[in-house]
Amino acid sequence: MSDEKNTDTTPVQPIPDKVIDSPQTRTDDQPDSLKPAHSANVGTWRELTSDDLEPVRIAERKGMFGARSQDTTGYGGVLQPVLFPGASPRPYGSYFDEVADRLGQALGTADGPSFDAAVERVVVDRGELTLFVRREHLPAVARAMRDVPELRFEMCLGVSGVHFPEQDGRELHAVYHLMSITHGSRRVRLEVTAPDADPHIPSIVSTYPGVDWHERETWDMFGIVFDGHPALTRILMPDDWPGHPQRKDYPLGGIPVEYKGGTVPPPDERRAYS
Amino acid sequence: MTTHDQDSHLFETLHHDRPAGAFTPVDAYGASVDEDTGDAPVFTVSGGDWNDLVDEATALHEERIVVNMGPQHPSTHGVLRLILELDGETVTEARAGIGYLHTGIEKNMEYRTWVQGVTFCTRMDYLTPMMNEAAFCLSVERLLGITDSIPERASIIRVMMMELTRVNSHLVALGTGGLELGATTVMTVGFRERERILRVFEAITGLRMNNSYIRPGGVAQDVPHGAVDMVREVVDELRDGLHELELLLNENPLLRGRTVGVGYLDLTGCISLGVTGPVLRATGLPHDLRKSSPYCGYETYDFEVVTRTGCDAYDRLRIRIDEMYESLKIVLQALDRLQRTEGQPVMVEDKKIAWPAQLAIGGDGMGNSLDHIREIMGTSMESLIHHFKLVTEGFRVPPGQAYVPVESAKGELGCHLVSDGGTRPYRAHFRDPSFNNLQSVAAMCEGGQVADVIVAVASIDPVMGGVDR
Repeated sequence: MSDEKNTDTTPVQPIPDKVIDSPQTRTDDQPDSLKPAHSANVGTWRELTSDDLEPVRIAERKGMFGARSQDTTGYGGVLQPVLFPGASPRPYGSYFDEVADRLGQALGTADGPSFDAAVERVVVDRGELTLFVRREHLPAVARAMRDVPELRFEMCLGVSGVHFPEQDGRELHAVYHLMSITHGSRRVRLEVTAPDADPHIPSIVSTYPGVDWHERETWDMFGIVFDGHPALTRILMPDDWPGHPQRKDYPLGGIPVEYKGGTVPPPDERRAYS
Repeated sequence: MTTHDQDSHLFETLHHDRPAGAFTPVDAYGASVDEDTGDAPVFTVSGGDWNDLVDEATALHEERIVVNMGPQHPSTHGVLRLILELDGETVTEARAGIGYLHTGIEKNMEYRTWVQGVTFCTRMDYLTPMMNEAAFCLSVERLLGITDSIPERASIIRVMMMELTRVNSHLVALGTGGLELGATTVMTVGFRERERILRVFEAITGLRMNNSYIRPGGVAQDVPHGAVDMVREVVDELRDGLHELELLLNENPLLRGRTVGVGYLDLTGCISLGVTGPVLRATGLPHDLRKSSPYCGYETYDFEVVTRTGCDAYDRLRIRIDEMYESLKIVLQALDRLQRTEGQPVMVEDKKIAWPAQLAIGGDGMGNSLDHIREIMGTSMESLIHHFKLVTEGFRVPPGQAYVPVESAKGELGCHLVSDGGTRPYRAHFRDPSFNNLQSVAAMCEGGQVADVIVAVASIDPVMGGVDR
């Protein structure tokens, strides 16, 4: 039996050790993208206004210790905005400028969206590059990120949802982590937002088949509908589970304890030093 | 059926006091049996004579059968459910159903401090606790901006523990994989060797599993006296044990017959499905985050990335064996450095992050050191307040997000953390390698034999605790 199986084995094409980016290993289904791109946009970038550079207000923190109710500190009136880093000015440093340039070139060609149309904000924070992509242009951006040889982010390592209920019109975020093995484990993060009222983001399973389950998980946990996903069903929760548990507005259960009618309130309603 | 009805009734009564309109309590656990299977006959295998069942099924003269393998099945590595469509012995379609071990770790972490988060994430992939902790802590450290101020000795301990964890995980992968093929000796040898590592973990962290040893800013405590010698001894013993495993496996005709050419997934398949780890390296691509984007000082250790080109279950197994030798090489280097850095700190200097207490072994087990108790209870009220605030409230992490990947035993384990400036994670997401790699079950198994499904799944080495989190 073992002999039979051995002979049945499809001959394996050995890949030369340590040579990662070779014509054999390239998976380019858009030969056009190999040609140098020329676009009127190259080298010209939308000037950032001071508004762009302002930090982004995500939420507001009430009270000095974050206690929302049963405030025993006397500092409940203190209001602090929660600020995320705003757009970064050029140069971004590291390989980030090259990635942005190449993506701009690739998007400029072949009647795709321009860089400024597709990417609303570029944030460099803590040594990580985040491109805030407008959701309608996500498939084009993902395709360019994968296929352009100078970008070649051949792996998408997953989708992570984040829910910011206080960000009007962009409550739901889907965060994609891309990696380029070809260029020595370069990483880029794509962040796409969608409003709660219209929780739709185009699926990129056709570009990165590996995000299939990740998109299902994000749908399961956050209720983001990935349009074009081959089978967007729940994956971790049971099929008939009501609600999307990792949203911030998902009701958490309290525990009725058997002591004089006492209850342990749900975790988000307890007094906490957050 | 009656039991199911009672269950769902119980569920309704338990939850009838939920806020109105929030839920309609319709058997949310999916416990009821779906009766809608069309005209297809359904057999439930739960004891009884197997031959009776086979006779009954044969009498139908139906070639196409859908088999639900798992979630309770000894060869599915935990609660994995495989949905196989069979034509005779050939698998025509294979799908993996997961979620049976979903524990809501990510959600739970949002209601605990950053330090407590370690206690949660260590239980995700319970065979690689140190990698989970390291990914989480490196991510917190990047958010805090203290990556460069982690003491050298802490990084050395982390590397040593992570490499021992890798050996531990690979030994279980081989052991359970062998058991699923019917090779009981592989399992006993594998688990015997693993036991040595667990003893080391117990000596160093106090626990065999779920250690929560690596903490934001460093590690919980320094390695105890005698640990270096103990690990050295264990490394030697492990070498012998691995050699025994090699003799048992490498040229074993039965094993080769079951694994060579089985579970085939080439480079294109791996890249497009996002598969990392030994499965990817079995296609010849030397991708290892320890080399390509080093963390914890891996760039200073001398080791090789093991690759093979067979793309099959056999080569993944061989890669795991060779990787264990490489890991032991790293452990030995780390031990030398531990001896050199004896007495240096293992926690970041910033007292607003590092816990004030150094743990010590007392007559009644491990706890806060007596000196520290004396200080906070006897001499310094401020120390007491500081200790109390740091432990109950925790430290604050500036707003922003970070994604830090580490090379787990199974592939890329990434931790995406979002902070809103509070003392707890706003969102924690783990990109577990097994979760991603399980997607390739369909690609590996379809067109093969039923028996090969077991081999293919074992060669991915999924751990459902990590898959479902």
